[in-house]
Amino acid sequence: MNHPLVENYFRMDKFPHIWCPGCGHGIIMASIARAIEKLGLDKDKVCIVSGIGCSSRAPGYMDFNTLHTTHGRALAFATGVKLANPDLEVIVIAGDGDLSAIGGNHLIHSARRNINLTTICFNNNIYGMTGGQYSPTTPTNEKGTTAPYGNIDKPFDIAKLAIGAGATYSARTTAYHVPQMDKLIEAAIKHKGFSLVEAISICPTYYGRKNKKGSVVDMMTWLKDNFVDVKVAEKLPQEKKEGKFLMGEFINIIEPEYTDQYAKIIEHFNK
Amino acid sequence: MARKVKFLQGNEACVEGALMAGMTFYSGYPITPSTEIAELSAEKLPKIGGKFIQMEDEIAGIAAAIGASLTGAKVMTATSGPGFSLKQENIGYAALTEIPLVIVNVQRGGPSTGLPTAPGQGDVMQAMWGTHGDHPVICLTPDSVKETFDLTIRAFNLAEKYRMPVILLTDEITGHMREKIEIPEQSEIEVYNRIKPNLGDNYQAYKVEAGDLVPKMADFGSGFRYHVTGLMHDETGFPSNSTANAGRLMDRLMDKIEANKDDIITYEEIETEDAEYLILAYGGTARTAKAAVKTLRAEGIKVGLFRPITLWPFPNERVNTLSEQVKDIIVAELNYGQLILEVERVVKSNCPVRFCGKANGEVLTPDELIRKFKEVL
Repeated sequence: MNHPLVENYFRMDKFPHIWCPGCGHGIIMASIARAIEKLGLDKDKVCIVSGIGCSSRAPGYMDFNTLHTTHGRALAFATGVKLANPDLEVIVIAGDGDLSAIGGNHLIHSARRNINLTTICFNNNIYGMTGGQYSPTTPTNEKGTTAPYGNIDKPFDIAKLAIGAGATYSARTTAYHVPQMDKLIEAAIKHKGFSLVEAISICPTYYGRKNKKGSVVDMMTWLKDNFVDVKVAEKLPQEKKEGKFLMGEFINIIEPEYTDQYAKIIEHFNK
Repeated sequence: MARKVKFLQGNEACVEGALMAGMTFYSGYPITPSTEIAELSAEKLPKIGGKFIQMEDEIAGIAAAIGASLTGAKVMTATSGPGFSLKQENIGYAALTEIPLVIVNVQRGGPSTGLPTAPGQGDVMQAMWGTHGDHPVICLTPDSVKETFDLTIRAFNLAEKYRMPVILLTDEITGHMREKIEIPEQSEIEVYNRIKPNLGDNYQAYKVEAGDLVPKMADFGSGFRYHVTGLMHDETGFPSNSTANAGRLMDRLMDKIEANKDDIITYEEIETEDAEYLILAYGGTARTAKAAVKTLRAEGIKVGLFRPITLWPFPNERVNTLSEQVKDIIVAELNYGQLILEVERVVKSNCPVRFCGKANGEVLTPDELIRKFKEVL
């Protein structure tokens, strides 16, 4: 007997999924389904778009209109889907490399347009599908197969990057903080405008092994101990915030949405 | 009812044709000498309830068009040399996922940034081989403003009929040339729309009926929750690593062209009936060739013109037949010899194949072509 969520929102015949044991991606995928269920969205009107990478395989398991595109381009495809049919609820699933390296241009411009797309970034700090190369979110000094002596790059803060580019909703959560993740993804989908949830995942197979992060439980415990909600952090003394990462909702504002603005141009000619 | 007579550029005629073919969505990125196509689409689409979006780059331009096509829109994107190179990966994506789309490439002088405002025909082979992997290709090339209008409509129809990207390969000559054009009534235009499944059908996104090659295409949001992927996929649309399945899929994709060549291939012939010599030219350069044939005929030389309108698939059979009739073929094109490679392949040893071309941003003049003709023959 399967859980009703799985029965209702997933393509049962496509399991088992391709992810490694201990991967955090399944937790995030399930959270997206719970948010959709909570919002009572019509499955026929939901479109999930992804690029290339481990996380981008998620749409294949999810029972909606699903589009697995080319590397980095999910947001560009999604923009076409949304503008052509604004009645569709369009959700983009992208990994950290897909979204902020090869697809970085589409991320900043989608945010700038404030088009009503919800982007869930499955951030595992590594290129997993290709075997563990460093990504734009691999922390400095950490190792990847292409950073054998330690990564000298400075990592992106994807949630902040989206805000800088004009996103009207941006939040961060982790695969450990599931109740919070459910709430943030729900809020992001409900938000009218460009929304981004950076969901920190774990990759025990590549990132974990390469950087001696211990077991899956150790990696989850690390998430638990090192992320602090932005509202809690406000009240904490400086020494308790030292070295911690912020999570929670960073921005949630309403500004004119792109497809609405375009509809106004069309309306003008219909008068 | 009187038809509208207009004085248009090729680029403008392209948009007029696209709208009559049913275009409701355009996404692209500005690039010379194709930009008028974007500008006119931006002006006209919202007036008919359609959508235009200027994307952040060329790749996004084609990606958004593919996304929009999946919702049922008829879509177009236009570009020129450098942008055409950037779009190649997603042309392959649209070919494998069988998503209808029209890509216009107004060719300019290349390589690289090259000569942005000057004509060239250096993208002929890129149109065929630009994306990675084997894939079906339809590429049409007009030689006049009116034909740009007609072929844009045809490009949309072929895209819808065979569920694939169709390339309209124009050039700076036809793109910016102004000519008188009579715009037909909408009722005179034959418009083909993709075949959609009915609700309640046991829909499998990539399953074809027996004897058919093109699967029905459901709009995203219309009640069929299916999957589209650029991975090799089976009839259900989901990824499959089976080599037997991949072979079947590739065969069907290539057969869409192979089995329908008669429907897809068109060409024009002038004075070929008694021709002893043949000039083969296409696009803007065909205008030069037409003038040259007229002059040479007036001198009593039995020369004819063969003008492929469909560049890909190449009209192999007709060119082969002509090569058995004539003593010589001269191929005129604005590059260092691209389509001539295909002509040589097809002609084999039936007759010599000569070349007349350049790639310095100038058009080929009738005098140059005549001089070359006389020199080599």
